[in-house]
Amino acid sequence: MTFSLFFQSLINGLNLGAIYALIALGYTMVYGIIRMINFAHGDFIMIGAYTLFYTIPMMVSAGMPAWLAVVVAVVVCGMVGILVETFAYRPVRKAGPMSALITALAMSIFLQNLAMVLFGSRPHNVSTIFSLPSVSVAGVTVSLNVVLTIAIGLVIMLGLQLFVKKTPLGKAMRAVPQDRDASTLMGINVNRIITVTFAIGSALAAVAALMYCTTYPRVTNDMGTTMGMKAFIAAVLGGIGVIPGAMLGGVLIGLIEVFVRLFAPGWYEAVTYGTLIVILLVKPSGILGRSTGEKV
Amino acid sequence: MLEVKDLKVNYGAVQALDGISLTVKDGEIVSLIGANGAGKTTTLRTITGLEKASAGSIIFDGHDLRTTEPCKIVNLKLAHVPEGRHIFPEMTVEENLEMGAYADPSDTAGTMAKIYERFPRLRERRRQLAGTLSGGEQQMLAVGRALMSRPKMILMDEPSMGLSPLLVQEIFDIIQEVNRQGITILLVEQNAQMALSISHRAYVLETGHITIEGDAKALLKDERVKKAYLGQ
Repeated sequence: MTFSLFFQSLINGLNLGAIYALIALGYTMVYGIIRMINFAHGDFIMIGAYTLFYTIPMMVSAGMPAWLAVVVAVVVCGMVGILVETFAYRPVRKAGPMSALITALAMSIFLQNLAMVLFGSRPHNVSTIFSLPSVSVAGVTVSLNVVLTIAIGLVIMLGLQLFVKKTPLGKAMRAVPQDRDASTLMGINVNRIITVTFAIGSALAAVAALMYCTTYPRVTNDMGTTMGMKAFIAAVLGGIGVIPGAMLGGVLIGLIEVFVRLFAPGWYEAVTYGTLIVILLVKPSGILGRSTGEKV
Repeated sequence: MLEVKDLKVNYGAVQALDGISLTVKDGEIVSLIGANGAGKTTTLRTITGLEKASAGSIIFDGHDLRTTEPCKIVNLKLAHVPEGRHIFPEMTVEENLEMGAYADPSDTAGTMAKIYERFPRLRERRRQLAGTLSGGEQQMLAVGRALMSRPKMILMDEPSMGLSPLLVQEIFDIIQEVNRQGITILLVEQNAQMALSISHRAYVLETGHITIEGDAKALLKDERVKKAYLGQ
């Protein structure tokens, strides 16, 4: 393999990995706080992508910068997250993990079908938000769009880590899953913290949608399934419930996919899903996770 | 300061508390003693809203706690050190203390300095995860965390549980010291001897009913209490 091919693949892998990492963060934050896998999380990306599809032209025709569409998408996804949590998940929260899991799967199917009714099943092309030039680095052509995507991912991940470590709200988000009763005694409104966590996790899906559409500008109603599945694997690989784990897992899955595709194009999905099986057999708590009882 | 009247709590078909009444006056230490399963912990948990009462009233400092959201109770300056400590194991000692001041962070640094002064052990370990502390240290942390909210009253549930005799003595010293600073205490204890010896008044709880109440010193001499709870 030539250096330029390696370098190009590394960039592509990091790009894909940053997208997976952002989606994985949504899974992991929600899991971290209520021990539930939100299988509808992948579909929040679809909602974010459709929002971009409709709002970018509106922004452009209104003479506003296209990136404002991202703000709209973040708000829309955050709201959808709050609605889904309040009306679908909260009523079954005390009914046990199996009920929560089935509710989440049903929500995923519901959102996909709702999107099909609203937007049709044909793919739509999302207009570009950023059209930065490509530059040549050491004989390799690198798209600045991709560099920007990776940078956005990094900044958000670092920001989130700081938020959770340093702010009172972030600390409350860590306290609630450790001890709900004690959190209540400290004056933490547990339900509100859960809602806020959902809103943030879902808003991250909108950013992931932006990053995805910058690279693959195509929206379909079922785009969330594959993306969600792979990001879920990333979250498990890194250690679900652990924020740095989601980042690490996302980047690893992205790199694995791109490099496997380079050597054995037909095999990359098999390897990604195989990773899940291996990690569940070898270290079910994930690379950065601590082992604690049963999950899902 | 705290007035509980005819409080009833059910767990499904089981009547955990069957109409108990108790009062704690400003500045007092009041003990609630009784056997396992008598309803002592339930009483405290119901006062701070962690369990729902089915009947009765709980008035703290003029506020009706039954209609107060549980997460707002700490704002009324009522703290609760729960049974089993319930510290946040994956947070550092300092973060645990900060959580104590979550509801009112206006003087976090000043209060924390005072608590570190009283518990130098916690200062030494402030960067350590709370889950790695010994049982005694965790209990100190639980008390420190409650003090961070600058309460007028603290409910303490089995603070001596699982501690060595030396630490039991220390924790009771701390309770008295906290009380001397003007904080009212409602104490639930298995260790009836120790609890009665530091309390002003006491209640004996038996399967959801208050059976004996009175001056703590008098209860220490009461034949029924001696037989059932003091092993004499």
